[in-house]
Amino acid sequence: MTIPSTASIEPSASPPEGDATRRRGRHLPGLSPRLTFLRRRVIRVLVSLALVVVATFLIVHIVPGDPVRAALGPSATPTLVAHARAELGLDKPELQQFADYVTGLFHGHLGLSLQTQRSVGTTLGDRLPVTLTLAGVAFAVAALLCVPIGMLTAVAVYRRRRRWLGNTVQWLLGAFIAMPDMLLGVGLIALFGITLHALPVAGWGTFAQLVLPVVALAIGPMSYLARIVHVEMLSVLETPFMTTARGKRLPAHLRYLRHALPNIITGALTAGGLVLTGLVAGTVIIETVFAIPGLGTTIVTSITAKDYPMIQGVVLLYASLVLGLNLVIDLILTALDPHSSLLEG
Amino acid sequence: MRYKPWHALRSPRAVSGLAGVLLLVFMMVFAPHLWADAASAANVAERLQRPSGSHPLGTDQLGRDLLARVLVATRLSLLLTLGSTAIAVCGGVVLGMVATVVPRVLRRGLTALLEILMSFPWLLLTLFFTVIWGASAKGALLAVGFAGIPTVARLTYTMSSSVAGRDFVRAARIVGVGPLGILGRHVLPNIRPVLVVNAAAVASVTLLSFTGLSFLGLGVQAPDYDWGRLLAEGVGKIYVNPVAALGPGVAVLVTALILNTLGALASEAAGRTPRIAGKAAPRLRAARIPASADEPVVEVEDLRVSFPDGSGGLVERVAGVSFTIRPGETVGIVGASGSGKSVTAMAIAGLLGPAAHVRATTLRFQDIDMSGEPDAAARRKLGLGLSVVFQDPLTSLNPVLTIGRQLTEVSEVHGDLGRRDARRRAQWALSLVGIPLPARRARQYPHQLSGGMRQRVMIGMGLMGTPALLIADEPTTALDVTVQQNVLRVLHQARERTGSAILFISHDIALVSGFCDRVLVMKDGLIVEELDARQLDRARHPYTRALIACVPHMTTDRTRPLPVIADFDGSEDAEEIHA
Repeated sequence: MTIPSTASIEPSASPPEGDATRRRGRHLPGLSPRLTFLRRRVIRVLVSLALVVVATFLIVHIVPGDPVRAALGPSATPTLVAHARAELGLDKPELQQFADYVTGLFHGHLGLSLQTQRSVGTTLGDRLPVTLTLAGVAFAVAALLCVPIGMLTAVAVYRRRRRWLGNTVQWLLGAFIAMPDMLLGVGLIALFGITLHALPVAGWGTFAQLVLPVVALAIGPMSYLARIVHVEMLSVLETPFMTTARGKRLPAHLRYLRHALPNIITGALTAGGLVLTGLVAGTVIIETVFAIPGLGTTIVTSITAKDYPMIQGVVLLYASLVLGLNLVIDLILTALDPHSSLLEG
Repeated sequence: MRYKPWHALRSPRAVSGLAGVLLLVFMMVFAPHLWADAASAANVAERLQRPSGSHPLGTDQLGRDLLARVLVATRLSLLLTLGSTAIAVCGGVVLGMVATVVPRVLRRGLTALLEILMSFPWLLLTLFFTVIWGASAKGALLAVGFAGIPTVARLTYTMSSSVAGRDFVRAARIVGVGPLGILGRHVLPNIRPVLVVNAAAVASVTLLSFTGLSFLGLGVQAPDYDWGRLLAEGVGKIYVNPVAALGPGVAVLVTALILNTLGALASEAAGRTPRIAGKAAPRLRAARIPASADEPVVEVEDLRVSFPDGSGGLVERVAGVSFTIRPGETVGIVGASGSGKSVTAMAIAGLLGPAAHVRATTLRFQDIDMSGEPDAAARRKLGLGLSVVFQDPLTSLNPVLTIGRQLTEVSEVHGDLGRRDARRRAQWALSLVGIPLPARRARQYPHQLSGGMRQRVMIGMGLMGTPALLIADEPTTALDVTVQQNVLRVLHQARERTGSAILFISHDIALVSGFCDRVLVMKDGLIVEELDARQLDRARHPYTRALIACVPHMTTDRTRPLPVIADFDGSEDAEEIHA
């Protein structure tokens, strides 16, 4: 699994109150805190996008040596190289190149692949739905499973009933979090594909072909989120308002679903956003393991082939995906948070 | 009790962690010497074999022994991991500390850039850098290292700016210590423990990133090999020999586990605080209280409650308490914090957490035994007849549900009222506790109400049923004095209206005597005295007399220190209060 880079270092799932005040921060007079927050977020995404555009443009220029020669190999004739240079616009002044690059982006022109001579845009258009399906289904599976698992283990541990079960599940989750997804993928292939002959281990297109990659991709994030839900749920169970709910002798389903669940959702969603971007990156590995023709395999083959227009396109697309998803999560969080009340601003 | 580092080394985790490190170091140093021949000797006759006695993991397409190759690959895999970790940690620490001392504009630019970089997953950053430095071992080393810098830099920045704001650093700055001196002498030593912990986490992620890159063919290139490349080769031949892929996988997993264990050990060593052993409450002779005959609401006989003390034993917090509460009676329990008064009340309500061990000859609310788990009928009766008002109204209401929702559910669940009737009853209850515009307030969330109002909402919640007992556990402690009187009046009115008995817990004997019919004085888990509230001057027990003597009144001589309970029974803290 690829998320813990930030998660393992800042494990503080702060309670909703602290979160809201921290995120609210300073705000301009006349604008509600919620709008100020959103404005800052949108500005940040735009700045990030601009940086990504500059960075992808610079790739071709900071690569040591001649990128075209590197891409076409030592056997290519000088005319072929010169032709490719002209094709990429590398013979023009650099500012002119950058202007052309940006204009091209606004018109959706990402150039031609050095390898296949096909339009980069068309290739990415073919590959994007595959990666989106894979990541989307995996995230849905992870999100649906993590809440019941995390809540049940927390309740088991808290009430000291069937504690061994809660602890065993927690231990398993820990193992899944530590397990890199490529190993999980290989393990699943060995078990279900080769030993049991139950499921296809490669390719794309049928439902059966979706099962193993989705499981390999989802299990790590699911375990991580279930851990977060578990921890949040344990701290919610200790709160005085849960004692109030017990004092009202409410049945268990009302206490856990109506009183506890809404209080853990903010923390879970924040972690979910982190997981989602990690999951998008995880497709790179999983697609390679299961030979799925998506963006991940495209980025790997284009880096190996030094196919710079294709690299620029894929990097841009991946970066926009990550930024877009971050923004969507932020929007959902602000919409759900009852503390950032418009009445108070 | 001072923390002794070698204590941490005794745990099984520490032993396994150290053994793991020794194993890794051994493999790194000696494996290439021991097995290099086996790892590189091609033997086409034995190519692509499945596991056997002479080749435990089988052989590759050139007939080389895979176990030897996995062991030999330890050195390259670990060296690359350590190299990248060093780049990430050193670069991150320098960048993060520089960000603390540069001028404001520059600092904001830097942190914004770090935030942006951190919003991209590590693997994507790594891939981006791989494009620049090329698909080679050196390129991967730089790429993985640089991709890790933002995370470490951000962490360093956060920690060092908080350290830099502390008093001793300001003092050093005033004395004239330069920015470098401050960073080196004051900031770095303070953040070092956390950095060490995180270096282990970074190393673990780095190892996985490397394995990933080599697996994708973007890292180590032939003829060199690390675990990632062996894994990729194994996956290619997975139909011939599945073990070939699992071997290097297990090596990566074990190493990652060892690194994680090291991180956990480091954080244990950094964050360990000395634990104070739980001291058992000293026993006093129990004061016997005669039970009254008239059909009580609450009947408690020889109640004992103990809690785990954190080292396997139990601490008795309530050590044999007996009393009764008659219908409509107001009973107060006073005592210092830790005297067991709240635990007693929560035991009656059956709301002690799962950690508590409750034993009693009798522990009854009406005809329900509260020492066990109540059945459905009992739960319903409790839901309607027994309600509790807690100390802190800020946290006792659910922040994400409206006031109305939290009130109506009592009647809806236990009282079989429809939604509309329940809503009407909630408005009635809110107006009864003196909340203006009850219909509007019912639609609001707890954070939109003041503390006093929230406490009245809690009381109103108790009126949604047909209360026979209202337990008020220090209901006014968290409120300011003017609001206190208000809440007490509401409690009093609630009792007048419903005829409910009240069990009122407080540490303030003046408050309790003004409000209650009868006062129980608790100390160290026992009731030391029971008094009529109007006859406090007849108190016999020295502790009660000391409590009463502490209450200042109009004739108290204010030129002298106010009386305190000084070192009573050797267990109270002596304290001087000056007027």
